[in-house]
Amino acid sequence: MLTRPAVITALTQQFAGLTVSEFRGDTRLVAPREQAFAVLEQLKFAHGFDLLVDVTCVDYLNAREATDRFGLVYLLANTVENDRLTVRVFLNEPELTVPSMVPLWEGANWLEREVYDMFGITFAGHPDLRRILLPDEFAAYPLRKDYPLRGRGERHNFPVLRRDQA
Amino acid sequence: MAVDLPDNVVVTKLDELASWCRKNSLWPMPFATACCGIELMATGASKYDLARFGAEVFRFSPRQCDLMIVAGRVVMKMLPVLQRIWQQMPEPKWCISMGACASTGGVFDTYCVVQGVDRFLPVDMYIPGCPPRPEQLIQAIIDLQDKIQREGTIFGAEFKQTQRQQAKRALIELPVIGQASEFRAAQS
Ligand code: SF4
Repeated sequence: MLTRPAVITALTQQFAGLTVSEFRGDTRLVAPREQAFAVLEQLKFAHGFDLLVDVTCVDYLNAREATDRFGLVYLLANTVENDRLTVRVFLNEPELTVPSMVPLWEGANWLEREVYDMFGITFAGHPDLRRILLPDEFAAYPLRKDYPLRGRGERHNFPVLRRDQA
Repeated sequence: MAVDLPDNVVVTKLDELASWCRKNSLWPMPFATACCGIELMATGASKYDLARFGAEVFRFSPRQCDLMIVAGRVVMKMLPVLQRIWQQMPEPKWCISMGACASTGGVFDTYCVVQGVDRFLPVDMYIPGCPPRPEQLIQAIIDLQDKIQREGTIFGAEFKQTQRQQAKRALIELPVIGQASEFRAAQS
């Protein structure tokens, strides 16, 4: 769904570094890393995007035509005006830190923990940045494209119980 | 030497008597982590009626069970739990690996799914299928009963045989596709 043009115009006038594009009837906004928090704050308080639908990430390693390594994706919704918007923030190693959006939306807490767990992106200011799905001692970030599909042997790293060890 | 026994006296071996009691009162521990667990429930329900084989008493405390049924895929976060539950079960105890996932990892050849619980636990019976039908589970329980009757001893001497102490042969000898070098190092 296309975002209301008034929102996009107001935002691009306020922030210089934004790129706006459309894809199959959806509006996408690419924000630089430094402006991410300010843009989302403005979207929440000035334009009524009161719901953070999802935070996720894409690893563009070896992708054709990709210039950046990670694309962090924020899916926003305005439940009053029935409006939706996708905000992307591109990240490159070694600067894989973005401000946490927990001060804006409480729901970002577990979503950001999942992105941290799977992609190793850290969220500055997150109240409780721990792994959410994998065990704490897991050492890798498995949804990165350079992580082997079958893992690095974590699934076999257990003691073998024999019959007499019960 | 003919001894006259009254009709209500039976002579048997103590081992066989113990095995006979054990095999007809298996109490399963339903370790149902995925879709195979649904078939496990169906097996316990009235249509297939596991009670016919004395194994209907599903207990959710490992302290009361002697038959572990691993029904479903086990991920690396769950395996320590599985091992702890196995260790909490009192002897003598047996283990059934139900379904493709529990036995081999099934189609889930990914970084987090354990490729067969028999790599880390002693397993007595494997059931193929995805999911196995209740008949297959019942057949496995009948086969396990035969096994208990055949080799069971009252003090569990059959569990102490050296052949059973060895780590799984597959784990040591067979190359596993995609096996990382870290694992090899950890084993040796
Ligand atoms: S073997 Fe099939 S039915 Fe059983 S847990 Fe695996 S995927 Fe599910």
